[in-house]
Amino acid sequence: MTSAASPTAEPFTTIVGLEVHVQLQTLTKLFCGCSTAFGSPPNTQVCPTCLGLPGSLPVMNRKAFELAVRAALALNCRIAPFTKWDRKNYFYPDLPKGYQISQFDLPFSSDGQLEVVDPKGAFAPRTVGIVRVHLEEDAGKSMHDEAAGTADTRIDLNRAGTPLCEIVTQPDLRSPQEARAWLNELKLLLVYLGVSDCNMQEGSLRVDANVNLHIPQPDGRIAKTPIVEIKNMNSFRSVERALTYEAARQWEEWQATKVEMGRMPKQTRGWDDPAGITRPQRQKEESSDYRYFPEPDLVPVTVDEPQLARIRAAMGAPPTELRRTLADRWKIPAYDADVLVNQGRELVAYFEAVATAVADGKLASNWMQQDVLRTLNERGGTIGEFPVRPEQVAEIIGRVQKGEFDTSRGREIFAEVLSSGRPVADVVAALGIAAVSDDELIALCRELIAANPKIVADVQGGKEQAAAGLIGQAKKKNPNANPGKVRQMCLELIRGM
Amino acid sequence: MSLSRQDVAKVGMLARLALSESDLDVMTTEMSKIVGFVSLLAEVDTASVEPLAHPLDSQNVFRDDLPQPSLTTSEALQSAPRHDGECFLVPAVLGESGAA
Amino acid sequence: MQPAELSAVDLVTAVRQGDLSAVHCTEAFLRRIEALDGSINAFLKVDREGALASAARIDERRRAGGPIGPLAGLPIAVKDALCTANLPTTCGSKMLQGFRPPYDADTVRRLREADAVIVGKTNMDEFAMGGSNENSAFGPVKNPWDLSRAPGGSSGGSAACVAADMAPVAIGSDTGGSIRQPAGLCGITGLKPTYGRVSRRGLVAFASSLDQIGPMARSAADCALVLETIAGHDPGDSTSLCDEVPRYTEMLEQPLTGVRIGRVRDHYAEGLDPEVARGVEEAFAVFTAAGATIHDVELPHAKYGVATYYLIAPCEASSNLARYDGAHYGHRSSQRTGDGFESPLLEMYCRSRAEGFGPEVKRRIMLGTYALSAGYYDAYYAKALKVRRLIRQDYLDAFRHVDLIGGPVSATPAFRLGEKTGDPLAMYLVDLYTVATNLAGVGGISFPCGFTRSGLPVGFQLQGPALAEPLLLRATDRFQRLTDWHLRRPKAIA
Ligand SMILES: [Mg+2]
Ligand SMILES: [Zn+2]
Repeated sequence: MTSAASPTAEPFTTIVGLEVHVQLQTLTKLFCGCSTAFGSPPNTQVCPTCLGLPGSLPVMNRKAFELAVRAALALNCRIAPFTKWDRKNYFYPDLPKGYQISQFDLPFSSDGQLEVVDPKGAFAPRTVGIVRVHLEEDAGKSMHDEAAGTADTRIDLNRAGTPLCEIVTQPDLRSPQEARAWLNELKLLLVYLGVSDCNMQEGSLRVDANVNLHIPQPDGRIAKTPIVEIKNMNSFRSVERALTYEAARQWEEWQATKVEMGRMPKQTRGWDDPAGITRPQRQKEESSDYRYFPEPDLVPVTVDEPQLARIRAAMGAPPTELRRTLADRWKIPAYDADVLVNQGRELVAYFEAVATAVADGKLASNWMQQDVLRTLNERGGTIGEFPVRPEQVAEIIGRVQKGEFDTSRGREIFAEVLSSGRPVADVVAALGIAAVSDDELIALCRELIAANPKIVADVQGGKEQAAAGLIGQAKKKNPNANPGKVRQMCLELIRGM
Repeated sequence: MSLSRQDVAKVGMLARLALSESDLDVMTTEMSKIVGFVSLLAEVDTASVEPLAHPLDSQNVFRDDLPQPSLTTSEALQSAPRHDGECFLVPAVLGESGAA
Repeated sequence: MQPAELSAVDLVTAVRQGDLSAVHCTEAFLRRIEALDGSINAFLKVDREGALASAARIDERRRAGGPIGPLAGLPIAVKDALCTANLPTTCGSKMLQGFRPPYDADTVRRLREADAVIVGKTNMDEFAMGGSNENSAFGPVKNPWDLSRAPGGSSGGSAACVAADMAPVAIGSDTGGSIRQPAGLCGITGLKPTYGRVSRRGLVAFASSLDQIGPMARSAADCALVLETIAGHDPGDSTSLCDEVPRYTEMLEQPLTGVRIGRVRDHYAEGLDPEVARGVEEAFAVFTAAGATIHDVELPHAKYGVATYYLIAPCEASSNLARYDGAHYGHRSSQRTGDGFESPLLEMYCRSRAEGFGPEVKRRIMLGTYALSAGYYDAYYAKALKVRRLIRQDYLDAFRHVDLIGGPVSATPAFRLGEKTGDPLAMYLVDLYTVATNLAGVGGISFPCGFTRSGLPVGFQLQGPALAEPLLLRATDRFQRLTDWHLRRPKAIA
């Protein structure tokens, strides 16, 4: 994994720019009071406005605008003091008004950046420029009967009018891996700040990618292949696969044709995930003649510094800041902080509860990584639904710290609490785990020494590690015996013989 | 100012209006006349004038993020030329949505 | 006393005092509609049952001592451009034939809450595009003063129904003169309020930055009464004004002493009918007699108004009317040949729109699409927006010197049906005196100021600065106290 997928291993550099649409976490749509909840029966969350009925008018959702500004601030964008909305005109049955309310020449924000750092160092830290972030409405859903081919298309307008933030990056990414990692970072950021749930299955985050190759020529010139836009990628993994495929395809095409950028119009290709290939997509007729003009049904929005300060204050810490704080506050390695933060704000809160209770960040982090996260990954679900609560983890660790039982015994208890849902104390009792008194322990050690003259001889001969054999037997005779104590006591007894 | 038949046919497609050959002839003549008339504006010196898209000066009109009742599905579909009780039905759509 | 002879103000007073029942009043107007509308065609839908039922409810409530609204029992006709939940809304187009909106326009809601009785929906130029009502998909409206003439448009049905006493009050909409011009040609009073004064929610959009709903009635006092109900902020229309609504009916008394009325020289250029010019001059004399002073003002860019308007309005319309594509509501073509269309969907779109829209609507959609399309935007749409600013600036400058601007509302009295239908451009010039008001977003009112020798009404227009409705109404009301033009009735249909 540290093979540092160096882009120079290939005779070209892959240049990637992304266009990401994220659904903002509002209760209602951008311009009407219909719910944005996912998964309702078709056409149950529609009203005159989002159906585009004659005479209906839009009114801007304040929360949507503020969440969009929050996203832009988190992406270090410049926020425009004055912004307005435009109509993007095109005909499509999932767009009932015949135009999408979007932003054209005066988006509310521009010129930002977001850095991605790979904790494992697979690539050098990469800062990706953000061209613009703007706010627009989503379209509805068209459902085609693929099999029948000629059958009617069904239109569900529940999603029509849902608020979207469109984020356009500079072509700053240099490999499919980077693109995937950067998307993960973007998602983490937006989820942390409550901007979006970024659920790709539900379409809350959608990615299109622009990709081409830069190919150094013998004369020192850089040849650039025509830019291809890839659509239909349903996961970050698909993004990486599609980009990898497309880079290889463009390389082959380049070798065959030597066609460079500018000699043909931008091509759109769709990612076919099962087949693992991109295919050319039919261009819409007169695409790009969207006849944008200012939306006369909405008024412009102005943003001033006090407003921005208020939005910033409500924002909370972004992941980058949290990673630093966590590492500093709990004296844990950057890698640990990274893993914890990348799991989301709820998990960080869980960790901090455990760490505070046991007053030991490193120990808490170890338990998080080895026990909590491992089982959470196996089970699935969120940390909020995880049956073992932070107080319980802290209680187990505390008892280990007090020497009531050892770490591996603690793990067994953790597993039992997880499966039974019973309190730690009950599990400890049920497993017959009780603190072993020193008298009991001495008696046990004497018994073992008497029964194992060979081990005793080895230890006396200087091979202290032979005592491990005694510890194994002690565990069998009394599972509650603390192995450290058994070892220490046996060594003392043998030395005193 | 005169528009070609081709210009008009292209606009007709952008506007999604089926125009017969004779429609095209008439439309080309009429549009040329009207465009010729509105071209009168070219004589106005607007070098230092900002466009005015809207008569109002108001800004920052928002509503709160509070759910309002939606229509029922049957109300939503009541005027649909074709529907299946759940969805609007339209002739087969080829290719991808132009959305977003 | 025949209800049809009473003013709206008197009708609501009579109903309130119990001198007239809402049902009796409604029946009287319904009888006139039945008797006359066959020859006028002002209504696209008469809601006899609905009107009588709501009148009966009002009477019952009043008899029981319950509260009744400020317009209780007042029959009112609503332009078919406004959505009505219980009645079809066609906007004069085949495209929306049979369309039933699931909601009421804000204005309709306010009227119902004020206990007005909606008697029906009035005929109009298709999608409010036209100045003669000949662009209705459901046949032209006839001018009650001369049935061979046009009533003007696009609110021609509303104007004609008031002129013929088929309703004491009607609602119209005005994008470039569509209330004022037909009011002028039909001898009634029509007010286009300041942009944003009345909510546009539920008004089928033609050109969103220009559209405005307003009252049409026999007098300024009646317009004031209705405006009081329909004006006001609507949280569902982002462009509706938040300013408090004055009590227009209580602001009519103050005399006009010292009010400065502007007179635009350019308005008397060639093309102005001499009888109209004379009527307008006499109106200025009446205002002078009432204590107002007349001052020459200039609107140097007014002559570009029509060209500016015929770019901006079609551009917005081309987008506003994109929703009529046969997918979710409205007309869908059943014709499918596959010839020349890339997909069945594309054919459905193009044929539905070709079949559903009339020629004028198509022309404007084409023009607007062209002016917004790549390569033409700057030369046409953007240019028009710049001239629009100059036009608005003219008004702002003028209103530093005068309180109102007076002049003709139309260059000619009502023209003959068919007279201009062959020449779209000639029809556009009908809007010469009215479009600039909408481009500037200010208010205007038109009312009769005389008659031609052949008995056709001549209209006068007053324009005022933003939110000057109280003064527009007061000046008109004063004029109507001093003259009786507004009380004359067309003989042909009496
Ligand atoms: Mg977009
Ligand atoms: Zn809605």
